[in-house]
Amino acid sequence: MIPAAFDYHSPGTLAEAIELLGRYGEDAKVLSGGQSLLPLLKLRLGSAGHLVDIGRVPGLEYIREEGGYLKIGGRTRESAIEASELVRRKYPILADTAAVIADPLVRNLATVGGNLAHGDPANDHPATMLALRAEVVATGPKGQRTIPIDGFFTGLFSTALSPGEILTEIRIPVPPARSGGAYVKLERKVGDFATAAAAAQVTLGGGGQIERAGLGLTNAGPTPIRAQAAEQFLKGKKADASAIAEASRLAAQAASPSPDRRGAVEYKKEMARVLTARALARAVARAQGAQ
Amino acid sequence: MARHKINVTVNGDARQAEVESRLLLVHFLRENLRLTGTHIGCDTTHCGACTVLLDGVPVKSCTVLAVQADGREVTTVEGLEKDGKLHPVQEGFTQEHGLQCGYCTPGMMMTSCALLASNPNPTEAEIRRAISGNLCRCTGYVNIVKSVQHAAASARAR
Repeated sequence: MIPAAFDYHSPGTLAEAIELLGRYGEDAKVLSGGQSLLPLLKLRLGSAGHLVDIGRVPGLEYIREEGGYLKIGGRTRESAIEASELVRRKYPILADTAAVIADPLVRNLATVGGNLAHGDPANDHPATMLALRAEVVATGPKGQRTIPIDGFFTGLFSTALSPGEILTEIRIPVPPARSGGAYVKLERKVGDFATAAAAAQVTLGGGGQIERAGLGLTNAGPTPIRAQAAEQFLKGKKADASAIAEASRLAAQAASPSPDRRGAVEYKKEMARVLTARALARAVARAQGAQ
Repeated sequence: MARHKINVTVNGDARQAEVESRLLLVHFLRENLRLTGTHIGCDTTHCGACTVLLDGVPVKSCTVLAVQADGREVTTVEGLEKDGKLHPVQEGFTQEHGLQCGYCTPGMMMTSCALLASNPNPTEAEIRRAISGNLCRCTGYVNIVKSVQHAAASARAR
């Protein structure tokens, strides 16, 4: 399959990339890893007059803790997330997530920023970033602004980024002591989008009760879903099986999946419940010191 | 639409071409350079038949633009054999019969080469995980795993 004709630009700096996006406006698309964009263009489900490839812009691939945040450069490859010692040790939910995105070959090119900026509710990072209360840094002609993840996903394939902006960084608050997280995905085969998937991040108090919980659901509606009622319910509860069971039931109520070849609505909602329970149990175990 | 002059090192040879923006790397390799060892399978980023190494990293060349390879190194299955001697991975696939129809084989071998370059002694689970983006509809993967293990053992013995 051959995409419809477009023009290709390979800026050498971020400023140049933003200038190009400003010049071509709605007719331009940012090419990051290309693992969602190029298939869309090939299948002609989308089109663009101009691709602005940020592949040669320096300084967009990094994973580091700084100023109370884990900062991830927008073009950081999924394979780098998987390989990062820091991520494996302190942010296992992120390692869980990266490891189930598409397949290893795709992850060598696919980027974290692209996974979010694509605005696809079937992508895996959005639920995790919701659970982690991440922020997204957008860089545009007027400089940088940060967007809380809760306001980032505005609709199916739509985000709060304006056409002239590039997602340059993801910021995740460094979790307090006694925190843990997990991402659990049900997929028909390697490389498939989730039938259902759940992200859970918890912080436990000194007495073992849940101080804070973050819960996100993948492919459970037109946008990635944060299961707020379930999060609220968990606050102050003892981190035991009955609390997890009730929170999972509440999380599944927040899901409004569409039926497709991956399953019927009832099945997907039930899977959202089961996977939320598993993610929560693993998150709690990790908060208690398990790997 | 603009055309772009690109310089790509393919299997060690410097190649120059003028290409359309939308030309895919796999088409550049197969049609412009006539390196038809890289196969097109699903054409939708699923099957991995088109896997090549881009600066040593295995990628699906149906989902990379030729212009993105400008200034970089590409290795295809044609680049594995050196001085008339098969690469250990090619030898492994031969000895362990790691193929039936052969369609996935070039991509499977490129992924295996990259795995062994970074992990010379992989476990069976690591091999299966590494090739999980390369689909084979014939073998059931059993002989492919054996082939990679054979390659790892013979590379270690060298």
